[in-house]
Amino acid sequence: MSKSPATQARPLSPHLTIYKPLITMTMSIIHRITGGALYFGTLLVAFWLIAAATSEQYFDFVSWVFGSWIGRLILFGYTWALMQHLMGGIRHLIWDTGVGLEKRTASKIAWATVIASVALTVLIWVAGYMARGM
Amino acid sequence: MVELTLPKNSQIRQGKTWPKPEGATNLREYRIYRWSPDDGENPSIDTYFVDMDDCGPMVLDALLWIKNNIDPTLTLRRSCREGICGSCAMNIDGSNTLACTKGCDDISGAIKIYPLPHMQVVKDLVPDLTNFYAQHRSIEPWLKTVSPEPAKEWLQSHDDRAKLDGLYECILCACCSTSCPSYWWNGDRYLGPATLLQAYRWLIDSRDEATGERLDNLEDPFRLYRCHTIMNCAQTCPKGLNPAKAIAEIKKMMVERRV
Repeated sequence: MSKSPATQARPLSPHLTIYKPLITMTMSIIHRITGGALYFGTLLVAFWLIAAATSEQYFDFVSWVFGSWIGRLILFGYTWALMQHLMGGIRHLIWDTGVGLEKRTASKIAWATVIASVALTVLIWVAGYMARGM
Repeated sequence: MVELTLPKNSQIRQGKTWPKPEGATNLREYRIYRWSPDDGENPSIDTYFVDMDDCGPMVLDALLWIKNNIDPTLTLRRSCREGICGSCAMNIDGSNTLACTKGCDDISGAIKIYPLPHMQVVKDLVPDLTNFYAQHRSIEPWLKTVSPEPAKEWLQSHDDRAKLDGLYECILCACCSTSCPSYWWNGDRYLGPATLLQAYRWLIDSRDEATGERLDNLEDPFRLYRCHTIMNCAQTCPKGLNPAKAIAEIKKMMVERRV
């Protein structure tokens, strides 16, 4: 005999895997992920500052690591994470005042943070390379 | 707690594909979540084909067509069939809505139907809403006053009455709460968008005299502040309401009473 309905454990209905991703939902989780990535980025900055305070040799080594193609890729990612988190933070500041929460406006603001963060990241790198003259 | 995968007893297996109705030319495919407490099996997705020439335009019509013509064991809640009772709330085509107001033509491809997300399933498309209703009860959704009762009714200006627009229309279908990832992970302690919208409906009511007490009850890291403005609630509400905005207003009231 099967167990009575009262004693059998009920299943949990599916959630994340079946929910259609929305831009506001996606940017919310990206805000968290980039926030986490910034801890790692801060370590890179600390590493660089410690190297500068230690010796010329050590500083040259760290500069070499950061200047390698993989180093630059990580720094580029860090720049984007910082810009995305900054834009996301501004979005939350606006929302905290109670404006921009209508669903279409909220979606537009979410898209705007992506566009702005990518544009700013590229701008920073272009400006950086131009300042170095190469 | 964030748990991205389903527990073992909830994982979905391949279900049955029911035969196509004979002689039909306008077929539509429906993939529907099934679970019965009686057979000890895991949930499954059954595939049905509906003759749309013989069926009404809404997803609810198709579900009832399946129940009447193919499989009478298919279980769901429904009542008013016009978007006012909130019984037929479910996850259709990846978002939560009412089966009775969702047109089949608004969806492309096979129509996928699940119960409201991250809920205990009673059977098929019927979730257990006990906790959801208990949370609504916890915010004391009725008028609370200390002043002597007026001879007739509690009066309200037109402007004060207008503040309840966009709030009183909520039918407590639970679409918003069960669309919210914060509610998925912390539904035992976070009140969720539907209950918080109701809480705001009483906070903003000019006739209510328990505003401070109500705010005290919400001042909690979980009950109110698990809202991270993910916005799924506002995006999914089948009545076009905005729980996220109501929650933002409650958060503002919390700050304003301190300054």
